[in-house]
Amino acid sequence: MAGKPRLHYMNARLRMEPVRWLLAAAGVEFEEQILESREDMEKLINDGSLMFQQVPMVEIDGMKLAQTRAILNYIAAKYNLYGKDIKERALIDMYSEGIADLNEMILRLPIFPPDEQDAKITQIRERTTNRYFPAFEKVLKSHGQHYLVGNRLSKADIHLVEVIYYVEEIDPSLLTNFPLLKALKTRISNLPPVKKFLQPGSQRKPPIDAKTLEEARKIFKI
Amino acid sequence: MAAKPKLWYFPGRGRMESIRWLLAAAGVEFEEEFLETREQYEKLQKDGRLLFGQVPLVEIDGMMLTQTRAILSYLAAKYNLYGKDLKETVRINMYADGTQDLMGMIMMAAFKPPEEKEENIALIVTKAKTRYFPVFEKILKEHGEDFLVGNKFSWADVQLLEAILMVEELNASVLSDFPLLKAFKARISNIPTMKKFLQPGSQRKPPADSHYVDLVRRVLQF
Repeated sequence: MAGKPRLHYMNARLRMEPVRWLLAAAGVEFEEQILESREDMEKLINDGSLMFQQVPMVEIDGMKLAQTRAILNYIAAKYNLYGKDIKERALIDMYSEGIADLNEMILRLPIFPPDEQDAKITQIRERTTNRYFPAFEKVLKSHGQHYLVGNRLSKADIHLVEVIYYVEEIDPSLLTNFPLLKALKTRISNLPPVKKFLQPGSQRKPPIDAKTLEEARKIFKI
Repeated sequence: MAAKPKLWYFPGRGRMESIRWLLAAAGVEFEEEFLETREQYEKLQKDGRLLFGQVPLVEIDGMMLTQTRAILSYLAAKYNLYGKDLKETVRINMYADGTQDLMGMIMMAAFKPPEEKEENIALIVTKAKTRYFPVFEKILKEHGEDFLVGNKFSWADVQLLEAILMVEELNASVLSDFPLLKAFKARISNIPTMKKFLQPGSQRKPPADSHYVDLVRRVLQF
């Protein structure tokens, strides 16, 4: 029997969280090797375990996978969350990339100094309201189906619902004018493996706090 | 007969260049429409063809595809440059994502202040020589094959050649410690479709100059 996938990262969301969500949604149990110090990171680098000296890294099926997108696409393909053909996959990829851009803005937010926070939050609000949420609301409206692509659950749905949760953490009212996104969020959240992941005690990570940010700066040397 | 793919972008490399390379590698003829004014860009946004209001845009097989990686993955799969199974595909993705990170640094450098130029170039060359090129030199050494993955020409080889040539434009001797990459460069450059693309008069674009940077700033308003 194959071992469980093993995730190498620090105890924070940042770039690993979409991987945790996707594995959880696929009903796949996983282990985590938590990096707690710069020394832990350097050990991994010196081990030769990190292809480009970076994390996320996921050990799965005898491989040490680097690069978040490569990891996510492998998991999606393996667990049938990647559409039925290359055209569906193109749509799933396009949607996933847009969501990743929004997620990137949100995950970077804590790095900015206090006097820049307001401007950055305004930008996130603006992009959410005028670029990303309307795009996905329109997709759902155009076909009236329960999932973004091919009438079937895919990684795009999981990534979108994850980022909806993050947007709501910033301001719940941002979801107000998007009834189909609200419905998608509810629907995905009620899928048994996702419901389980959303409960306290799961491997889902909390928003970053000052202490964890400081840890991240040390571990990643930023 | 299928229409040729059509590309919408600024008249320069930017995020579209890897797409041009991949189409060229696959021997696929393509058309280009160049965005040179704010008005053209706004028209494209209003037309509703840009899912997230952004270019690159590629019209292919009845789809309006945006998001560079989504487009590249689609093309790689369509033209059999994506490996024979999931394990090969994930390796191609990892290698491609790594080279994209390196080329992304070069792309962004063009938009930084002129006084930072030398420092940026030095950093990029250092990253190429310490983080990226050693990885690919090692991969080629370990299997002794002509191509990065599965003993067959793939998207990963196209990206690596593109990245090598871009870094060489910054520092001509950057491959001096990488004999296998030197041989790889010569070999891949001689593949007929690549050879053709590397000749003057092809759709390959020159490095960004101040004129290009000004144009992009004007069109995107930043």
